[in-house]
Amino acid sequence: MSELLLAAYAAETGSHVLRAPADARFRRFAGCFDEHAYRARLASAGIRWLARSDPAFPSSLGAIFDAPAGLFVRGEAPVELLDEASVGIVGARACTAYGSHVARTLGRELAAAGLVVVSGMARGVDGEAHRGALEAGGRTVAVLGCGVDRAYPAAHAELAGRIAAEGLVVSEYAPGVEPAPWRFPARNRIVAGLCQAIVVVEARERSGALITADLAVEEGREVFAVPGEITSALSAGSNALLRTGASPATCTADVLEAFGLAPPEKPAPSVSSTAARVLERLRDGPTSADGLVRALGLEAAQVTAALTELELNGLLTETSGIVRAVRE
Amino acid sequence: MLARTVTHALVGLDARRVEVEAHVELGQPGFTIVGLADRACQEAKHRVRSGIGSAELRWPNDRRITVNLAPAALRKEGSGFDLPIALAILGASHQLPARRVEAHAAFGELALDGRVRPVGGALAAAEGAHRAGIKRLVCAAESAAEAALAGVEPVPVEHLAEAASYLRGEREPQPYELLPANGDVPPSHPDLADVRGQERARRALELAAAGGHNLLLAGPPGTGKTMLARRLPGLLPRLAPDEALEVTRIHSVAGLLAPEHPLVRDPPFRAPHHSASMAAIVGGGRGARPGEASLAHRGVLLLDELPEFMRPALEALRQPLEDGVIAVARAEGRAVYPARFQLVATMNLCPCGARGDPGSECSCSAQRLASFRDKLSRALVDRFDLVVTVPRARADELAAGPAEASAAVAERVEAARVLLAVQRPPRTPEADDLLSRAVERLPLSGRGRARVARVAQTAAALVGSESVLPEHVAEALGYRSPRELEPA
Repeated sequence: MSELLLAAYAAETGSHVLRAPADARFRRFAGCFDEHAYRARLASAGIRWLARSDPAFPSSLGAIFDAPAGLFVRGEAPVELLDEASVGIVGARACTAYGSHVARTLGRELAAAGLVVVSGMARGVDGEAHRGALEAGGRTVAVLGCGVDRAYPAAHAELAGRIAAEGLVVSEYAPGVEPAPWRFPARNRIVAGLCQAIVVVEARERSGALITADLAVEEGREVFAVPGEITSALSAGSNALLRTGASPATCTADVLEAFGLAPPEKPAPSVSSTAARVLERLRDGPTSADGLVRALGLEAAQVTAALTELELNGLLTETSGIVRAVRE
Repeated sequence: MLARTVTHALVGLDARRVEVEAHVELGQPGFTIVGLADRACQEAKHRVRSGIGSAELRWPNDRRITVNLAPAALRKEGSGFDLPIALAILGASHQLPARRVEAHAAFGELALDGRVRPVGGALAAAEGAHRAGIKRLVCAAESAAEAALAGVEPVPVEHLAEAASYLRGEREPQPYELLPANGDVPPSHPDLADVRGQERARRALELAAAGGHNLLLAGPPGTGKTMLARRLPGLLPRLAPDEALEVTRIHSVAGLLAPEHPLVRDPPFRAPHHSASMAAIVGGGRGARPGEASLAHRGVLLLDELPEFMRPALEALRQPLEDGVIAVARAEGRAVYPARFQLVATMNLCPCGARGDPGSECSCSAQRLASFRDKLSRALVDRFDLVVTVPRARADELAAGPAEASAAVAERVEAARVLLAVQRPPRTPEADDLLSRAVERLPLSGRGRARVARVAQTAAALVGSESVLPEHVAEALGYRSPRELEPA
């Protein structure tokens, strides 16, 4: 039984199909299905089909409870990429600057350490994780909840192109299938299935990222959650995961440990004395630039210059007028 | 009998010479005005007839009267032609010496009782007269001081009868008050000392004033962004004489000059509401009136709540931000208005306004946030040299004592402007290095780099430095557009 037939039928009927249905409609469809022509159309669109029964199908994904019939693949990298050590980064779409920054940093450093970064290419955490990985010149895989010929969201069309150029964009749904709300949880199981560990960066209670975490736990993957401010509703879900047993991800090294990897050594950059004073003050917590002016008794011009210096050295990030020290 | 006088028609700010010819002859009695006169101009017939009657002069009832406003192909607009038409008709009907009438320029509206009323654009008309070599301009008393600025001798008259009497040689022109050289009291501006805390924003204001940079203040509502923006004019020096004349000309055409302050000496400050139409902001419409952007020429244009402005209006501002002029297309060609202004704007960081407020949570959906950011790039966010995020003030800030007063800052600003006018300081090699590093490390486009370079020069000038040092570049980099305002 051809898995491609199942995937094509799923696209035709807009349903989720893992095994051949026993109804007449499917028999009729199977009867008229021209697999050869379908494969030719895929090939001319530059899309590969990786069936579940194919030996190259990633073993970790093939082993999950409801493995997909196969994956449609777009991109330049070999499909063997899907079998390599991978980490999934998921989280809120409307994330805060904190979540955005952490996702980007994790994406960058985990990719730099040699892991494949997997995510859903959604707005917010997903997009930042992919971008971080691309920044580090690493490999990343995007799993979509629609056909791989579409970029969803549309604003990520360029990002999708960049991901496809170095890595892969995959989906269990045939080209042409539109995104729909019910397809995203289904997509999330594939993200969990492909990875050995999942990091939830920032998630509300009852968010899609938590579904991915649950699926990961069911399939025996390691789940990390990035701690967030307890007063922030956007971290309520990810913080709750910590209570129910997820490992805290306080730095990249925490996640790398699960893979038996150690982070590369980085020398601490030297900064001017003013910048060092600012950094010292920031250890007490994030504050506004104006707050620094008053606390340190400096001129606004000096503080601004020091902040720029620290930012260029990767020691600080500013959002909406609030600056925070970061360890990179 | 034919008589003529000279006046000027405004095309934008250009004064084009118009000869008003009046021909009074035997024939079917009638009164016609030709020469592409618009409606206000055509209505002059009634005002002139009434005015002449009220001045107890004779209306040539039994004659055929033709008035031509030459050149015939130039569209004539407005009511400033009333007075020259009346004088030409009086000349043509032997009531005034035609030669004297011809040797004068005239400009003004007539009321039905014969009073002469001021019309906007007197300065431009007077300049036209001056260029045409005419020494005297008969005009309303209120326009006299304005006309004097152009270097002609105004003959201020309150009533048509006065004008007639003067032209018959029966009296000398009334004296008018020349502007005292430095007597004008500067208008009071809100003071920077009123702002508590906000050190970084105040510094940005100083930089903006010293270097003429466009400034964007972004942050949650109620953080004092508008208050800060309104304090920029108080930091700017008075206009130079030629700039003052330029600005006065524009405000004259818009009819905004007060008779007791005919010369605009201080940089104008315009703050249109965000519901303003494109025509209101860039000009055009009937009469090719100057818009807010031109009225802000040599001054400040404040767009409060930038994202709320209509997209066409914002798009239309791109041209003046680039070239410093606004071209308004008219039927017989283009009117070009100068519009070199400094742009200041305020906005929230997201549609619900909560971003930037540590005490609130942003309730915008990812979709709404994304479309908001996409709109911004089209809303000129890339035109701002200085972008400052103004976070919500905390209690201790508001309790802080008063800050530096505008006067002290204005002194530094003026000194810096003088320096920058002479020479723009060059960067040291270290400063260059820092800038290149920043271009690589941060997302900084070519345009962004140019903006940072300009702001760095201003920072250097403010401390009287001869060259731009790395600390100036570092500071300037701190004002680049924040990532959260970039499109996703």
